[in-house]
Amino acid sequence: MRTAHQLTVENDGIADTLTLTRGISRAEVISEICAHLEPYQTGEKPITGETVIAKDLTIDSLAIMDMVMELEDRFDVSIPMSVIAEIHTVDQLADTIRDLRTQA
Amino acid sequence: MGLFDRHAGLLEAYRDVRTTGYDPFQIRMERVLSPTKAIINGRETLLVGTNNYFGLTFDPSCMEAAIEAIRAEGTGTTGSRIANGSYSEHVALEKEIAEFYGKKHCMVFTTGYQANLGVIATLAGQGDFLLIDADSHASIYDACKMTQAEVVRFKHNDPTSLEARLRRLGDKPGNRVVVLEGIYSMLGDSAPLREFVDVCKKYGAYVLIDEAHSLGALGEHGRGLCEKAGVLDDCHFIVGTFSKTLGAIGGYCVSDDPDFDILRVTVRSYMFTASLPPSIVASVRQALRVVKARPELRTQLWDNVATLYDGLKAQGFTLGPEHGPVVGVHLPDRMTAIGFWRAMLDAGIYVNVAVPPATPNGVSLLRCSLCAVHTKEQLDHMVEVMTGIGRQFGVLPDKQLRAAGAR
Repeated sequence: MRTAHQLTVENDGIADTLTLTRGISRAEVISEICAHLEPYQTGEKPITGETVIAKDLTIDSLAIMDMVMELEDRFDVSIPMSVIAEIHTVDQLADTIRDLRTQA
Repeated sequence: MGLFDRHAGLLEAYRDVRTTGYDPFQIRMERVLSPTKAIINGRETLLVGTNNYFGLTFDPSCMEAAIEAIRAEGTGTTGSRIANGSYSEHVALEKEIAEFYGKKHCMVFTTGYQANLGVIATLAGQGDFLLIDADSHASIYDACKMTQAEVVRFKHNDPTSLEARLRRLGDKPGNRVVVLEGIYSMLGDSAPLREFVDVCKKYGAYVLIDEAHSLGALGEHGRGLCEKAGVLDDCHFIVGTFSKTLGAIGGYCVSDDPDFDILRVTVRSYMFTASLPPSIVASVRQALRVVKARPELRTQLWDNVATLYDGLKAQGFTLGPEHGPVVGVHLPDRMTAIGFWRAMLDAGIYVNVAVPPATPNGVSLLRCSLCAVHTKEQLDHMVEVMTGIGRQFGVLPDKQLRAAGAR
């Protein structure tokens, strides 16, 4: 049985539909990531989905990995180090977390 | 883009460091006089940053053993064990280390770094999972770059964090290998090993523990944290080094796994590097005898740890969480740490300065490592010197303020 809500998000891809079953929206993941990144913001430029974490902010690689550990526990996923290395933007990190949640 | 452009940020930071006058990463020991003294910048300096935990670098019996071995078998092996063969001394050393731990097998490596690098990268392969403590040594991180396994970090010294990650793996096929350290090299803190072992047992994970800084220091016989925590049999692989307590260079891995020796033809850092020269092997064998014969060195080491740690703590310094042969002194930032370090050197005391990215959580540290043969007078003097510099740098409240606060 499909609800109207699930039908509307289906266009975003199957991951969205499945993710809803574990109750976390993309916006929620992004907002959590942004909260972690806030201390590393430079100037007036807001942190958005397109922010390149290691380049646009003052965060170093070790702090990124520590932040990922916090996010892992918040969303109950584990992100392998090789996957972290391929993530550049906030959007990519959020999508990775959501993809892993649907696989779990 | 030039070859070195990508290091621009680091170059700049390094330039800042050098503006203090000395380069802490290129200190010249003009002459080493003993395990605790050297001439640096023309002056006799107390060494409290050389990991020489038992002071065996100048032990007469170890030195004689090395000299005799050179006379008997020459200066080097000029090749790897698989190409040039094993000398009887290599085999004897492996047997003695295996016996020291009560394990069946031992492999000796040319450095401790290569032991971790090769063993960890090889044990966990394609389809396996490698779980490492967030504060792991660089050799463990480098192994993670080489392995085909999936690597996940857990929070430092946090068995609950490890458990969450093992649980999330669910029933995925593949071995789980958990990597821990007996004593962490920056802050001198120990792993809650028993709790970690319980979690590993629950999830059927293999345990590899690096006892680099705990060999000699921990356990009734100096075997390390695995002995102190009473879990020697539950640690499937124990790695260690000859370059600290044993006063030379080299690494080892011991295990009871019946197929352990296959690592001799699979671990590349063992296969494709020259083996340890006879003199090193001989001095290490003798040093191991000294560790077994002189447990008082362990007592002296811990007495010295207490003198320095408690002395600094009483003066108000922020230190690592517990007594350890490494005492990490927290300082507010990189430049303070480097200035402090230089002031200590000017006062005739050598310690290590550790700044990000080599440190956990971006902390800046003075890293002190104790030696069994430091005297109480030397360490009391050090506390006094550091207290003076601490006040001068505003790291400690100055004397008058302290007195006022106490009223």
